[in-house]
Amino acid sequence: MKSLKENLMHGVFLGAACVSILAVALICIFLFANGIPAIIEIGPLKFLGGMRWKPLNDIYGIFPMIVGSIYVTAGAIIVGVPIGILCAIFMARFCPKKIYPVLKPMIELMAGIPSIVYGFFGLVVIVPLMQDIFGGSGKSVLAASILLGIMILPTIIGVSESAIRAVPESYYEGALALGDTHERSVFRAVLPAAKSGIMAGVILGIGRAIGETMAVIMVAGNQAVIPNSLLAGVRTLTANIVLEMGYAAGLHREALIATGVVLFVFILIINLLFSLVKRRDANE
Amino acid sequence: MSNTNMAALLKEGEAASLRRQRVVQMILRVLVWAAAVITVGVLVALIAYILIMGIPNLSPKLFEWEYTTENVSMMPAIINTIVMTILSLLLAVPVGIFSAIYLVEYARRGNKLVSVVRTTAETLSGIPSIVYGLFGYLMFGVAFGWGYSMLSGAFTLAIMILPSIMRTTEEALKAVPDSYREGSFGLGAGRLRTVFVVILPSAMPGILAGVILGIGRITGETAALIYTAGTVAGIPTTHIGKFPILDVLASGRTLAIHMYALLNEGLYMEQAYATAVVLLVMVLLINALSSLIAKKFTRS
Repeated sequence: MKSLKENLMHGVFLGAACVSILAVALICIFLFANGIPAIIEIGPLKFLGGMRWKPLNDIYGIFPMIVGSIYVTAGAIIVGVPIGILCAIFMARFCPKKIYPVLKPMIELMAGIPSIVYGFFGLVVIVPLMQDIFGGSGKSVLAASILLGIMILPTIIGVSESAIRAVPESYYEGALALGDTHERSVFRAVLPAAKSGIMAGVILGIGRAIGETMAVIMVAGNQAVIPNSLLAGVRTLTANIVLEMGYAAGLHREALIATGVVLFVFILIINLLFSLVKRRDANE
Repeated sequence: MSNTNMAALLKEGEAASLRRQRVVQMILRVLVWAAAVITVGVLVALIAYILIMGIPNLSPKLFEWEYTTENVSMMPAIINTIVMTILSLLLAVPVGIFSAIYLVEYARRGNKLVSVVRTTAETLSGIPSIVYGLFGYLMFGVAFGWGYSMLSGAFTLAIMILPSIMRTTEEALKAVPDSYREGSFGLGAGRLRTVFVVILPSAMPGILAGVILGIGRITGETAALIYTAGTVAGIPTTHIGKFPILDVLASGRTLAIHMYALLNEGLYMEQAYATAVVLLVMVLLINALSSLIAKKFTRS
């Protein structure tokens, strides 16, 4: 009797563990089954390489959105990565003991603020600021890059900080013993040893930036053309889906799902990179 | 060149290199401090701006039970957020905890399944919410025929928060000392009893902290809900006889979606500010609660 109950619950636990495998499988099946036919119907080259997105004329080229996603992600990296890594160094090696208990929860809070609130902040603060400085509508690659750069900060800081803390104390002490200053020991001995951990954090940040939707919609302008300057509007893959899914039908709807498939493939590649970097880190 | 000259030159060179080093040292120190100040500055600016601009727009009218076009009350959206949170947690928490129990307490060392589960959970946590939204729409909305409904939304969110609940539970279980398990086995308890009577209770604070963070994600979620739970303002209800009851198969917007809808319509900026305040305060409280519980946990 007792062993029956044990075995039954063992099965239940096993089943629960398999739910995440099932979920990933279902997500792949549903997205690919609904998206791939549209890509074939439109033509893979026309879909991925097409410069024009005109659903009314049945023209579905998502190249501008692919470029748009890459632009704003690159912008977010330029804004967020240097600040994020330096802040992580500060938290791990420079932070006075009294400040740290305040700083750490603040970074965690930053990760918890909903993207719609970030988007709202971007809309009412960053966009008008851009208008004042550069003129125009203010909704631009630049505004989206700054906002996304802010949003990926907690991810980069969190992962980088634990990577820096994971470096054995002997590296730092060794550099000090050889006559280096505190700053040089941190930057020349500790930081290089934490390189791949920090890299993993940056890749995670890239994943967040490319997948971000609601905040980007608010500040990017959403024109479906390749932006010709930092101040031009831009539409990302994510924005394309949310903006038009509500009223799309037929091939248009399927083309939007196919946009999601392209985004999903991007994310899978980034995930793969992340686990490769992490594995290398573990091997070192 | 005389010897004294040589020594003077050397000394000067040394002094120059020392000076240069001190400058570099200064610059590095300024850089890391600046980065920290910028990060904190942005966060403080965001919170302060929303509170200062939003609090004057809060009025009792915005918390009335009925949503109308004249009074875009956020009360129904708050109720919906709570309902959505409860539904999603009911689905995700048992599965997340059970699967962590399997990974930590049952699976043998070197079990292939464990690494597959870990990899898929990691994949899940990297998927952006809009992709979850699309998937939820296709599977629960279209294939299951639930349409835009609270249930579609809850299932979608449950899958979304599953990996984080699994991970925090795993960490909490691993933090329970092995002596607890040995003691329990030694007293003759079976594995199941050990898990439920000894291990789970002592891992509870850690699990709870993870669940609360999950609540935070549900509260703030938009992209995964727009095309699953939909954007209908008002509490989804159906009537049994004359009694109104909650209808989980109807659409209802959560607070974050409510805010998105207000911004989208463009007519209700003041109300959007007020909604932002409520949303932000909710997230602040949730975060504070989570770290409070986590802190208690590490102390004991």
